[in-house]
Parts: sequence; structure tokens; C-alpha cells
Amino acid sequence: MEWVNIIIQGVLIGGLYAMFAAGLALIFGVMRLVNIAHGDLIVLAAYVALMTTDTLGLNPLLAIVVVVPIMAAIGYGLQRGLLNRTLGDDVLPPLLVTFGLSVIIQNALLELFTADSRRLKAGAIEVASFQIGEGVWIGVLPLLQFVVAVAVIAGLQLLFYRTALGRAFRATSDDQSVAQLMGLDNRHIFALAMALSLAVVAVAGVFLAVRTNFDPAIGPARLIFGFEAVIIGGLGSMWGTLAGGIILGVSQAIGAQINPGWQLLAGHLAFLVILAVRPEGLFPKVQA
Amino acid sequence: MPEPLLDVRALDAFYGDFQALFGVSLRVAPGEVVAVIGANGAGKSTLLNCIAGAIRSSRDAILFDGEPIGDQPAHAVVGHGIALVPEGRRLFASLSVEENLLIGGQVGRQGPWNLVRIYDLFPVLAERRHVPSTSLSGGQQQMVAIGRALMSNPKLLLCDEISLGLAPIVVREVYARLSSIVAEGSSLIIVEQDIVQALKAAGRVYCLQEGRVALTGSAGTLTREAISAAYFGA
Repeated sequence: MEWVNIIIQGVLIGGLYAMFAAGLALIFGVMRLVNIAHGDLIVLAAYVALMTTDTLGLNPLLAIVVVVPIMAAIGYGLQRGLLNRTLGDDVLPPLLVTFGLSVIIQNALLELFTADSRRLKAGAIEVASFQIGEGVWIGVLPLLQFVVAVAVIAGLQLLFYRTALGRAFRATSDDQSVAQLMGLDNRHIFALAMALSLAVVAVAGVFLAVRTNFDPAIGPARLIFGFEAVIIGGLGSMWGTLAGGIILGVSQAIGAQINPGWQLLAGHLAFLVILAVRPEGLFPKVQA
Repeated sequence: MPEPLLDVRALDAFYGDFQALFGVSLRVAPGEVVAVIGANGAGKSTLLNCIAGAIRSSRDAILFDGEPIGDQPAHAVVGHGIALVPEGRRLFASLSVEENLLIGGQVGRQGPWNLVRIYDLFPVLAERRHVPSTSLSGGQQQMVAIGRALMSNPKLLLCDEISLGLAPIVVREVYARLSSIVAEGSSLIIVEQDIVQALKAAGRVYCLQEGRVALTGSAGTLTREAISAAYFGA
């Protein structure tokens, strides 16, 4: 029974990793931008949630409705004001600029909030759990987080394949210059994609902040989890990022059970094995 | 000539330091079909890309409906009623046939063309509306590219080498549909390497040579010798 619990824990945390990954995959898919600051933006969202709960006295899970539009607005502005200028035939400028952005966000948060670890208090839901079988327990908060993650991924998948905006994202991804001939302003489309990415980041950031302690320096590790989940899942479908997140989460849970020091190592090993055996990921893009 | 729909005046175009067009002037009247011919590298595609806004030029070099549009970006130009069928078709590979058409229509201009009318014009596309655009034959892909451009209800349709890589029988089929497009009130600029095809379809012809207009006249009156001289240089 112990192992069943561990696997379930791993699957549920996988939802969080999938949300880290979905925002990254979306940006890379639409504009071939690798956002090195993605992890720090997750942490920024956590601090925005902290400020929201402190000033408005909201429960962190309700604060999501405030944090999501704030992060989306930041995303739109960031893309229009900065990142659009870095895009071009060369892949290096956006990498360098988002790397710089990562450093700036970390240091700004350090300056504003100090290096102390913080945590969002969500109340009784944090420790609530229920039994689904003999010796098998599920926490309400991890389950809620997983359900939200599945809903976010399903929503993104629907948006990409069933709406005019998703069609515009895919067309722009296929051929930017022809998309412009169709009346799509790629600067605006890219900014909408970044806004959407940071909206997902906002949800992930709030759940991260309720689950664990956070401080300004934990962003890069979240970026790695996000990357690993994207690469395990492949870029063909948003569902791939969910599969990638779950595989990563389960590997970490199993590793931690064998030896507490092996949690991260086990996740990285699972990632390396997939990279070696199936470099295109579990859900590869169908055509090149 | 009546008030032109499109008035290109002494247009220069550059790729970086390289000048591709030198003072090109061209007029298209409402409902007119104009062919632009010339050898490879003469500047035909560059001219269309300038008109469509994919290459920016100076504001007053291109007038459309009397309005200067030379400095506007492509996504704004299409809103005025200019649509380009790009060379090599360039369909959106991850979109289905119907999605490609819908993308063309998302600019929201009103007019005679919509999905139903495009499927009337090219019935074969209706049967294959949900398949990936890349799984179609070359001729069918060209029909999607034309349909996609028509979905924006353009007053001026720019066709860049629509016969390229197609079998002669398919070329005749595609060209046969162009008359239905003109009948709905659109003007056309056809860029072609296939001179015979271009002369048959167009009322007037411009021949470009090394970025300059070498010859212009009505399709019926130009002699083979004059075209040949303008084409290859004397």
C-alpha cells in the first residue's frame, strides 16, 4: 500500500509540473522562444499571490482570479515591449535576454521580499484528505491541484484546436510571413501567446506557493522541471506535457522513497532515459 | 483610363543594400486583369510583395483606392482589400484545408466570398475540407491558396506564379476559375513565367527586366518580337 500512495503522490505533483511545462511549450510552439525566465516568472506569480492575499485577505486559492489577469497583463507587456524585439532568424538574442530577465526578476524579488522563505496559507484544505482504499489516502489539495492542471491542459488543447485564436497561433507558428498576409499581426499574436503562458504560470505559481516554501532563488529549478516535462512529453500535443509532468513526478516520488536524497536525481534519470530512447518525446509533432 | 484601383508610382524596392526594383510604375483599373511577365529575378515577386506590404516601400509609391499604403505592414494592407496568393502556395501545414480558408477570412471584410462560395468554385476542396492541407495534390493546394486569399474578399487579387509546378491540364483548370473571380468584381495581377498563359488571361501586360518596366501594352497588340526583346534584353 505504501507504494500505491507514493505513485499517487507522484501523479498528483505531476499536474503541477505539467502546468510549468504547458506555458513553456506554448511559447516555444508559437514563436520558437525558449523562455529561460519561465521559472522566475512562476516565482513572481507566487509573490504576486502573496501580496494579493496579504492586502486583500483572500484565500490563496481565490487569489488565483486576481493573479491570473495580473500575470497575463505582465506577459502581454513583456512580449510587446521587450521580447518581440529579440525575435528573428537568430535564436541567441531571446535566450540571452530571457536569461538576463531571470537574473533581474530574482534580484528584484530579493530586494523587495528578502531571501526569507515564504508560504501561502490556504487553511484547513492543506491537511484535508480522504481514504480511497485500505491504507490509500489522497490529499484534497494535491487532488484539487491535479484536477485544475488537467482542466488547464484540456482548456489549452481546446483553445489551440477549436478556436479562431488557436488557429491564428498555429498559422503564425507555421509561417509568420504568410500569417501576416492573412491580416494577423504577429507582434500581437505573440503577445497574446505570452499572456496565455503567464496566465498558466499564475495558476502554477499559486499552487506552488501553497504546497511548498518559496524564496526568490527557486525559479531555475522549476524551469528545469518544466523543460524536462516538455521534452518527455514531446511538442505534438498539450496532453504530452501532462504525461511528461506525471512521469517526472512519479520518478521523483519513487526516488525519494528509496533514498530521500535521490528525489531530484530520479527525475533527471527518467528524463535522460526518455531523451536517449525516444528523443522526440512521447507525443511528437506529426510533421516537421 | 478610368480612376485606377491600384496606382504604383516610381516604386523602388530593396533587399538590404540590393536594389530589386527601379522606379516601377503600374496601374490597375477596377475589374481589370493585368499580367506581369519577365525572366527569373526580374523583380516580379518583389513587386507583388511590395504591393501586399510584405516588403515596405515609401508611403506614396503605392496608392490603393486613392489612399497611400506603401508604408503599411502586410497585416494592415489586407484590410484595405489586397490579397496575395504567394509563390509556392505556402499553405499552413498544421491546419486543415478548411482552417486554411478560415484563416484567410479572419480579417473580416464583407463581400461575395465565403466558405460556401469557395467550395462552389472548387468543389474538390469541399470533399477534402478536413484533411491536412499538405496531403492534397499540387493543383488542389493551389486552389486552397487561391481560396484562402479570396476569403478576405479582396478588391485586388495578386497571383504569384500559380501555374508553377502544375501539370498543363491543371493549369488550364485553375485559370478557368479566374474568370469567375473577375466576374465577382475583383481586379487581378497575374505574375507568370508562362507567357502564353499570361497573355491569354490578361487584358494588359507589363514586362519587367532587371527591376525596370521594359514593355507595356494590351495583351492583344504586343508582338512576339517585342515581348522577346523586352524579356531577354536587346
